Amino acid sequence: MTIETKTNRRGFYTQAIFALNTLLAAALAVPALVYLLVPGGRKRKETFVDAGDVSHLAPGAPVELSFQQSRIDGWRVSTEKRTAWVVKTAADKVIAYGPQCTHLGCAYHWEEQPKQFVCPCHASLFSVDGKVISGPAPRPLDRYVAQTRNGRLFLGPLRQFGESTATDETNPERAA
Amino acid sequence: MKKQLKKFLEALDDRTGIPSGIRHFLGEDIPASSGWHQVFGSVALFMILVQFFTGIMLAFNYAPTAGQAYDSLRYIMTEVTGGRLMRGLHHWGASMVIVIVVLHMVQVFIWGSYKKPREATWIAGVILLLLTLAYGLTGYLLPWDNRAYWGTVVTTQIGASVPGAGPWVSRLLGSVGEIGVVTFARFYALHVLLLPPLTMLLIGFHVYLVRRHGVAPQPQDEGKPKKKFFPQQVFRDTLAIFVAFAILFTLAAMVRVPLERIADPTDTSYIPRPEWYFLFLFQSLKLFEGPLELVGTVILPTLAILALIATPFIDRSHLVQVRQRTLAIGIVLLAGIGWGGLTLAAVRGTPPQTAAASIDFSGPVQWMLLKPAELAGLHYFRQENCGRCHNVLRGGEAKAGPVLADAARRHDRDWMIRHFADPQSTSPGSAMPPVDISPAQMGDLAAAVSALTPESGDLLAITPDFVSSGAAVYQKNSCGGCHVVNGAGGRIGPGLNGLAARRTEAWTAEHFINPQKLSPGTPMPVYPLSKKEMQDLISWLFTLPEKSPT
Repeated sequence: MTIETKTNRRGFYTQAIFALNTLLAAALAVPALVYLLVPGGRKRKETFVDAGDVSHLAPGAPVELSFQQSRIDGWRVSTEKRTAWVVKTAADKVIAYGPQCTHLGCAYHWEEQPKQFVCPCHASLFSVDGKVISGPAPRPLDRYVAQTRNGRLFLGPLRQFGESTATDETNPERAA
Repeated sequence: MKKQLKKFLEALDDRTGIPSGIRHFLGEDIPASSGWHQVFGSVALFMILVQFFTGIMLAFNYAPTAGQAYDSLRYIMTEVTGGRLMRGLHHWGASMVIVIVVLHMVQVFIWGSYKKPREATWIAGVILLLLTLAYGLTGYLLPWDNRAYWGTVVTTQIGASVPGAGPWVSRLLGSVGEIGVVTFARFYALHVLLLPPLTMLLIGFHVYLVRRHGVAPQPQDEGKPKKKFFPQQVFRDTLAIFVAFAILFTLAAMVRVPLERIADPTDTSYIPRPEWYFLFLFQSLKLFEGPLELVGTVILPTLAILALIATPFIDRSHLVQVRQRTLAIGIVLLAGIGWGGLTLAAVRGTPPQTAAASIDFSGPVQWMLLKPAELAGLHYFRQENCGRCHNVLRGGEAKAGPVLADAARRHDRDWMIRHFADPQSTSPGSAMPPVDISPAQMGDLAAAVSALTPESGDLLAITPDFVSSGAAVYQKNSCGGCHVVNGAGGRIGPGLNGLAARRTEAWTAEHFINPQKLSPGTPMPVYPLSKKEMQDLISWLFTLPEKSPT
C-alpha cells in the first residue's frame, strides 16, 4: 500500500465518520425540536357554554355573570368558574367582557356614576363599549366570543381586542 | 482561519486538556485482529444514550402519577407533534438495547475476551445486562394501561415468592397485597432516578477497565504491530451505530406502539403477557408446578446469573483461536435454541387477547359513544358492502355512488329507508340495487348513515368489527327495549354502561343462558345466542364507556 492510498483511506474514514455522526445528530435533534416546539396539529373546536338568561338585561347596564367553563390543560380537562361582565347594547346586541383589566389582570368593576368600568389597581377606566378612557391599560377590554339564542347567552373563548370574535354558526347547540 | 482555529484549540488544551484528551482517546492502540466483531459495545453505549435522550423527552410531557400517567401518555401519542415517534423510539429502543447488549455479550463470550485480567470488565458487563433488564421491568408499568398493570402484577408476585426475602421485596416495590400508586412511584423512581446514574457509573467503570487492559487480543496478534482506534475502527463503530439507529427509527416510525385501556384492577379477563425478552422466563414457569415453581421463578434465574458471573473463573484455559472455541460456541448455540424454543412456545401458547383488550386507545375511539342502532347500522353497511360504491369522507378514490358524509343534511330517515328498499323510487335513474335487509335493520342503517358526518371522522374505518356485529346482535334481540346503552333504550333493566366494572365476561355469558340462576326474579328472558354472537355482543358491551354520555 502506498502512502498516498493510505492517506486517501484515512481521509475517507474521517469524512464518513463526520457525515454519519451529523446524520445521527440530525435524526435525533429534528424530531426532538418538532416534539418540543411545534404545537399539536389538532385544532380544537370552539365550545360554547350557557352563561345564563340575558333576556331581561337593561340596555347599557353591565352585570357580572358567572358560569362554568371547561378548560383543556394539556392532558387534563378541568371545569372552572369564570365570570364575564355582560352588557346589552342599544342595538340589542350582547357583549361579554373578560373580567380582567388588560393592564395587569386585576378584577375591575362597574361604577354606575359616571358609568365606567374602574380598575382598582392602577385606575384604568373603560367605557361601556370596552374602550380605554384613561389609565395605563394598553388595549380595550377582552371579549368572549358570544352568541344569544332564545334569550340565553352562550360564551366561547376569550379574545383580545382586534382578534376576530365572529362565531362559527354550527356551534351553540353542541355546547348546550 | 485555520491558523486561528489551531491557536484556539491550543489555548483550550492548555486550560482544559480536552483536545489532547480526545486525541489520546481516539489514538488508543488496538490489536491487529480488531474488526467488525467488536462494534457491539459502542452500539450498546449509543443506544443507551438514545434511551436517556428519548426518556427525557417523554418526561417533558409525562405526569408520573398513577392517576395521570395514562392520560398524559395518551396526550403525547395523540396531541403532541412527533409524540408517537418519540414514544416509539423509547419503546423500541428498549428492545434494541437488550438485543445489542446480548450480542455484545455473546461476542465477548465466544472470543473468550473475559479471561484474565479482564474478569472485572466481564462482571461489570453482567451487572449492566441486569440493569438493562431492570429498566425493562420498571418501565413496563409506566404507561399504566391494562397491559402494564397486569404484567407488573405477575412480576411483583414472582418477587414476593422468593423464600425468605419475598415479603421484603414486596415492601420495597410497594406491592404488598396489591399493586397501586405506591408501586407506581417506586417503579418510576427506580426507572428514572436510580437506574440511570447507576448505569452511567457502571458504564464509566466498564469503559475505564477496557482502556486499562486494552481491547482483548487474539492468539494471532502475537508479534504483530498494533493498530490505532482512529480512524478505521471508529468508522466501523460509527457505521454499525448508524445501521442500528436506522433500524430503530424505522421501527418507531412504522410500527404503532399501542396503548390499551387504562389499568383496570377489576378486569379479571385480562391475560398478562411480559415483554418479548421475558417470554422465555414466562414459559419456563409452566415447566414447574406446585412447590417446584420456585425452581423456575427464582432458583434457575439465580443460577444462570451466578454462572455468567463465574464464567471467567470457570474457564481459565489459555486463549485459543475463535474457531477452536467449540465449547463456547456450543453453549451459545444451545442457549439460543433454548431461548428461541421457549419464546416460540410462549408465543404459540398464549391465548389470543380478548377483543376488548386489543383496542388501541392512542387511536380515535369516538365510535365508543355511538348508540346501538348506529353501530348495528355500521354492521349492515359492512355486510351489504355499501362501501364498494360509497365513500364516507370526501377525497377518497372515485366511486359510483355519492359521498355519504353529509347525506343526513340532505335526507331524513324516512327518505333513506324508502331509498334502501327501492332506490329508484326516491332517486330515479340510480344504479343502486335495493338493500336486502329487514325494515328495522334499514332503520339502523339510516341511523348509521346519519351519524357519518365530516366532523365525526371516518367512523366506518375506526369501528372494530366485533363492535358493529355485537351491536347488531343487540338490536336483533331488541335488548334496547329494557336496557340503556350510551343514552338510548328502555329503563326496565339496568343500564349497560359500566358493565365491565360490575361483572365479568363469564358471568355475563352465563346470564344470557340462565338469567334466573344469577339474578333470581329477573324479568330477563333466556337468550340462546350462538358462540360468535355471544362473543361479539359481550366484547362490545365490555368496551362501553363507564358512564353513559349525555
